[in-house]
Amino acid sequence: MFKILQYSFYDLVRSRWSYVYFFFYLVLGFALLFLNSSVSKSVITLMNIIIVLTPMIGTIFGVMYFYSAREFTELLLAQPIKRSTIFLGQYLGIALSLTLSLVLGLGVPFMIYGVFQSSEIWNFGLLLVSGSFLTFIFVAIASNIALMHENKIKGFGYAIFIWLFMAVIYDGLFLISLVVFDEYPLDKFSLIATMLNPIDLSRILILLKLDISALLGYTGAVFQKFFGTNTGLFASIGILMVWTGIPIFFIKKISSKKDF
Amino acid sequence: MRQLLFAAAIFLCANTPINSAFGNTLEVCSTCKITTITEAIAKASPGDTLLVKSGFYQEGEIVINKPLVLIGVDKPIIDGESKAGILVISADSIVIKGLIIQNVGVSYTKDYAAIHLSRCNYFTIEDNELRNVFFGILVEKSHFGIIHNNKVSSNATKEYSSGNGVHIWHSDNMTVTNNHLSNLRDGIYFEFVDESHIANNISTNNLRYGLHFMFSNNDTYYDNEFINNGAGVAVMFSKFIGMKRNRFYKNWGTASFGLLLKEIYDAEIEDNIFEENTIAINVEGSTRINYKNNNFIRNGWAVKIRGGCYANIFANNNFIDNSFDVSYNSKMNDNSFNNNYWSDYTGYDLDKDGIGDVPYRPVKLFSYIVNQTPETIVLLRSLFIDILNFSEKVSPVFTPDDLVDATPKMKVIQ
Repeated sequence: MFKILQYSFYDLVRSRWSYVYFFFYLVLGFALLFLNSSVSKSVITLMNIIIVLTPMIGTIFGVMYFYSAREFTELLLAQPIKRSTIFLGQYLGIALSLTLSLVLGLGVPFMIYGVFQSSEIWNFGLLLVSGSFLTFIFVAIASNIALMHENKIKGFGYAIFIWLFMAVIYDGLFLISLVVFDEYPLDKFSLIATMLNPIDLSRILILLKLDISALLGYTGAVFQKFFGTNTGLFASIGILMVWTGIPIFFIKKISSKKDF
Repeated sequence: MRQLLFAAAIFLCANTPINSAFGNTLEVCSTCKITTITEAIAKASPGDTLLVKSGFYQEGEIVINKPLVLIGVDKPIIDGESKAGILVISADSIVIKGLIIQNVGVSYTKDYAAIHLSRCNYFTIEDNELRNVFFGILVEKSHFGIIHNNKVSSNATKEYSSGNGVHIWHSDNMTVTNNHLSNLRDGIYFEFVDESHIANNISTNNLRYGLHFMFSNNDTYYDNEFINNGAGVAVMFSKFIGMKRNRFYKNWGTASFGLLLKEIYDAEIEDNIFEENTIAINVEGSTRINYKNNNFIRNGWAVKIRGGCYANIFANNNFIDNSFDVSYNSKMNDNSFNNNYWSDYTGYDLDKDGIGDVPYRPVKLFSYIVNQTPETIVLLRSLFIDILNFSEKVSPVFTPDDLVDATPKMKVIQ
């Protein structure tokens, strides 16, 4: 598996899009720090960008790579290698190279502006961790979609829809149900609804760490009680891991049964 | 100005030798002829000066019922052993200076205070340090008092079992300046106090309010700092209050405010800085208030208007990086917003006159939704919310459509 991971990782690292992605974050990081001049404010602005962008890039890249590497995959399938090894190796290759672009692209400017000396280092770290998790989760979901659909257009459509659903539509449904069931106690419901969507979960996790928690009022108190403690932090990282694990499990399952 | 002159006059009277020329000076210390303050008060005649030398005095409740000047030399400590009140004063022209008073008893039925003044006129309380108090300085039915440069602190943990730092009731012409108030219930509390002036105080870490007005009219508070209180300042049921050049900082918590206004009329709120408060100004039932040249920086809500607010003017304020600039809970609007700077403003200025050509709508749809269903705040900073706000901005349906700043400034107002 390591060999295949290595191949697809190097393949991607050398590709133009990885550089574009890397330079995008690099420029973004420098621009934010230049305009804001304070590390803590940049972290807040960055959060908005990361929770929208990393899932989107992850989804599109994942689908694109699996479709374009189809011939390479078929070649590999002819060799005496386990199927799960091939697909998991490819998956990890994409996810790792995207994560690397994210971590390096943002890490370098923030390091230059002295994030290590500031108290924001933990918040920044959390931001990168949740960005990485989102990349892993959405690349895995995209791989599933690419494996399930031979038709590229269909695959792309579903992948974009999944991203749109998680990033936008889910919150819309969430909002509507909160407004409609206004009369009922909603704090437990909102806690669960948040955990069912990795994008929302990362957003709340970062928001609470960034001390916006006081804005959240009564609901915030419930959230703070859960997420604010170390157990809550580990629990939510655990949930993000489950979110990564389930699609990976499906990659394995689908790829072992798929007829090429 | 009249108040200030008066204050200066009292100050001079109390401190010049003229006063001591009229009366005698009695010294109190462990090796002096008089060893207790109580004894000295009994022996003194009106107008005398008591010099309390450095030492530790445990005398329970000390009653002062004649005009005296009580001056501490080298910080003598008067200890109340947490039993009851300490100095109980009921005479005019009192001066209390340079004492450390500590350990006031806690009571749920009586107002025990480190310095309790009842029906006293022309008093001066200055340079004292009051520690571990229930009430610090409690003034009732008095006129023309000065409370200057005192340090009042306690260790309040619950509202019902703690008192206020400077508590003034039914009095007028009070001057409260340069005091430091911390870890109390309310830093300064005014109830039925008119024509009074509060300046240069620092009020921090209080459970409830840094400064609290109830039924008090024609008062001013200038140049104070309110940091990390339950709420910085609460002004309720009062008229003609001037609030200028104060700093409200980090009044941060699920139910915290920088400034809480309820049922107040004809106030001036100018040149204040509101920084990092959950709600910078919470307004309810307040009319004819001018908000000018204030800075609202990184608050949760800059201005939260709850209803019943008419003819208020917001002009030349800076709204910078607040999560919500203005929040309304109705579609009615009778308040005006002009010439403010809004950091969220995205319009342009073609004629380069420093004023944006497109009006700014400070109320976002999301802040309207949050008012209706508070739980929806968990969606803060979600992409869906941004889209929603944008569509409402383009064509307002839910938010008051006449609530606009028609002349938003392009640059931060200095």
